[in-house]
Amino acid sequence: MSENRMILQSSPHARDRESVRKVMYTVTLALLPAVIAGTVFFGLRALLVMALSVVACLIFEGIAMKVSGKPVKETLLDGSAVITGLLVAMNLPSGLPLWMVVVGALVAIVLGKHVYGGLGNNPFNPALVARVFLLISFPTAMTAWPVPYGTDGVTAATPLGVLQMEGAAVALQSIPYYNLLIGNVGGCLGETSAIALLLGGIILLVRKVISWEIPVTFIATVLVFTTITWLVAPDKHINPLWHVLSGGVMLGAWFMATDMVTSPVSRKGMLLFGVGCGFFTCIIRLWAGYPEGVSFAILIMNGLVPLIDRYLAPTRFGARQATQGAKA
Amino acid sequence: MSNISELTKGLWKENPVLRLLLGMCPALAVTTAVEYAVGMGLSATFVLLSSNVVVASLRNIIPAKTRLPCFIVIIATFVTIVDLVLNGFAHDIHKSLGIFIPLIVVNCVILGRAEAFASKRPVFDSFLDGLGMGLGFTLALVALASVREILGNGTWLGMSLTGGEFTPVLLFVLPPGAFISLGFLLAGMNVIEKRRQANG
Repeated sequence: MSENRMILQSSPHARDRESVRKVMYTVTLALLPAVIAGTVFFGLRALLVMALSVVACLIFEGIAMKVSGKPVKETLLDGSAVITGLLVAMNLPSGLPLWMVVVGALVAIVLGKHVYGGLGNNPFNPALVARVFLLISFPTAMTAWPVPYGTDGVTAATPLGVLQMEGAAVALQSIPYYNLLIGNVGGCLGETSAIALLLGGIILLVRKVISWEIPVTFIATVLVFTTITWLVAPDKHINPLWHVLSGGVMLGAWFMATDMVTSPVSRKGMLLFGVGCGFFTCIIRLWAGYPEGVSFAILIMNGLVPLIDRYLAPTRFGARQATQGAKA
Repeated sequence: MSNISELTKGLWKENPVLRLLLGMCPALAVTTAVEYAVGMGLSATFVLLSSNVVVASLRNIIPAKTRLPCFIVIIATFVTIVDLVLNGFAHDIHKSLGIFIPLIVVNCVILGRAEAFASKRPVFDSFLDGLGMGLGFTLALVALASVREILGNGTWLGMSLTGGEFTPVLLFVLPPGAFISLGFLLAGMNVIEKRRQANG
């Protein structure tokens, strides 16, 4: 038997001492502010949803690895299932029936990841696949948003829901910026606190787990797009700052769109990816049936990543001169 | 090949939907409930059986160059019969299947069997082939519809299985659910086939 010395793999070929495990635990650390904010505003029930989602993801990951005949223990310890579990929970309302949380975890791990061949092969962000699956399957339960500090069963509309139902003037008046910033509003348990998510995003940037391109272009595109609509029709559309602080933009831009597996590898590609996420978010928010479009926008752009990577691949060393020569 | 295998191959080994991946359009579109799947499956079986027999009897008369239009005319005749009969005697099913009844004309299972089998084989073999393929098509549709109706609506053939205790997973009666269920059914078929080959 000849030893196989030729390594065949797809890009990126960058080598680093960073292991999957280290990256994953940094992400967990970066999510901590938002976890705390969610627990403060939505109580122990939010913590229960997060814990259950993480445990369920770990169990399904273990089963999926075992079924596909891969090493179970190593993958369980690398933390990717923990992150997926946490991100799934962050995208759910805290009052969701617990069995639906488990269904979400199952969808994320099996349908979002392992049917494509496991970590690194999934074209779509697993946590968002789970969120959209649940949103389409259980529309009532998935849009029953508990009130912050509220008692069980009391629900209210999200800021974006208020915006869609009651219009810009009511939304501006009833929801102060301060509440949007700290997260004292209705919404998914991990998406409401803009400041906690921003803090997490900075941790990711400083630790170089993510680069600036996707989150910055994502948020900037939302800002530019909603500035234009706001200037054109200020009484109909709400101002850009309100758009960026509300809904899932912060969670999506820092934690969901930047997922290494499902975003482009080149810098140009990342810029385009971020712009696309912001663009589709605004289109859905302003003109579609759903009040919020971050998860759909990111999933749409996930689907375009192979194309983006193909057409915006960095020029091969030495290739530029040849093409210029050919054109001249 | 013995006659009996012409009948049985359509059920499993060459199941039109689950092995040959033909007839995907009705398989995905009308499998939201078992009732519709049975209606569509039996309609297609009738058309397939009849067109196979007619094509096989006329196989020496149909000119090779215009064979496809000839097949389509034969198939369309039987589809019209099915369309009118369903409209007259099973109006509700006819209404729910809607456009997918006339679309049986271009169902690739039927045209495929006419082209690949009936135009080259004797009448009796074609009859068995049409029956087997049609039943295989019906079986696959019922299997897919069972998964989707049970998960997506909590019922099977309209009977409630859960007593309203379980919130159905709406996604399964919507188009994405069709693709997801079909994917898992195909994967299941492949696993079983692999095991069988490994053992046999």
